[in-house]
Amino acid sequence: MKKNESYEEFIKGVWRDNPVFAQVLGMCPMLAVTNSAINAVAMGMATFFVLVGSSFLVSSFRNWIPKQVRISCFIIIIATFVTIADYTLLALVPTVHKELGAFIPLIVANCLILGRQEAFASRYPTRLAVMDAVGMAVGFLIALLSLGAVREILGDGALFGVKLFSVNFEPWVIMILPPGGFLTLGVILLFFNWFKFKKDEFLDDVAEAERRGS
Amino acid sequence: MENLLWIFISALLVNNFVLTYFLGLCPFLGVSNSLETSFRLGLATTFVMLVTAICAWILNTYVLIHAPYLRLICFIVVIASTVQFIEMLIKKLSPALFRAMGIFLPLITTNCAILGLAIFATNRGYGFWEGIIYALGAGVGFTLAMVLLAGLREESELSSIPKLIQGTAMNLIIAGILSMAFMGFAGLFSST
Repeated sequence: MKKNESYEEFIKGVWRDNPVFAQVLGMCPMLAVTNSAINAVAMGMATFFVLVGSSFLVSSFRNWIPKQVRISCFIIIIATFVTIADYTLLALVPTVHKELGAFIPLIVANCLILGRQEAFASRYPTRLAVMDAVGMAVGFLIALLSLGAVREILGDGALFGVKLFSVNFEPWVIMILPPGGFLTLGVILLFFNWFKFKKDEFLDDVAEAERRGS
Repeated sequence: MENLLWIFISALLVNNFVLTYFLGLCPFLGVSNSLETSFRLGLATTFVMLVTAICAWILNTYVLIHAPYLRLICFIVVIASTVQFIEMLIKKLSPALFRAMGIFLPLITTNCAILGLAIFATNRGYGFWEGIIYALGAGVGFTLAMVLLAGLREESELSSIPKLIQGTAMNLIIAGILSMAFMGFAGLFSST
């Protein structure tokens, strides 16, 4: 039973309530850094670290943080983790850090992270809060990676820096420029809408058939 | 003087915060359903940006020289308290304006365009006046993008659009086309 509960929280973030595709949160880093798959993964990992770390801390301290100043407390906890992530990336992968630039400190203002602290971590026990954070972060990573991969393949003809096509491939440069981010995400969301639409239609059909049958 | 003008135009059009840097997308996509509110939100954001730019400059010059690793925490605390302070000030001085701005003021705290502005201005080593002009350009650019999208969305409500594409998907594609249009400004000047 207990295992099921954690699993439920985990899978919720990955698919059903996916932070990007279903809730449309955390759009700024989502679009800004996904011009290549490597950047997307680095951003996803940094967000993962910050989200899981701050969820753990917030839910451990949830009984000591006064209600009136909770948002400020969350922000300071998040900012501390982001600073750690910033300096770690600078030390380990300086080139990626340079590419991401100001967007690492901007993880602080990612509404996804603050939203999870407010809606989940500050109300539930630590184990569930961490599972929820892991699920959300993995969902965010998947979204980043799918967007980054599509943009890099179309805009650069490569994936993770490895060329996929012969020299005859003409890169669709606009995809790695800002407009490509908006367009790609728009089309992906369109696909998700279509998927949901079909599913609703299917469920309606099933309900209709059941009604007729009985 | 000429330098200041270029900073303004660059922040306003060429490197528009919303359409080129993807900053402040949450209000851009979330609150842009009416022309009136998006204009007001734009003005409020511009104002907070100006105050933040001044605070960031003071912090950078006098405090953070001694402890650069505290920059992020300092900035976010300053922004949050500035927004809170402005909220109280407006409530006291002009209740009508306060009512007009409503929920938007507190929401500005989590707008990444504000924090982004402070970080970019620091990274580029802008001085006092440069910082203010940069904030002004970025704020007006944000308002411009908001108003453009809100206008397009209001128009699109009158036309018949397939149910599938309505909502965020359509807004993103509109934003993509706007962003493409703004790329045309990139040729305005070449020196960065």
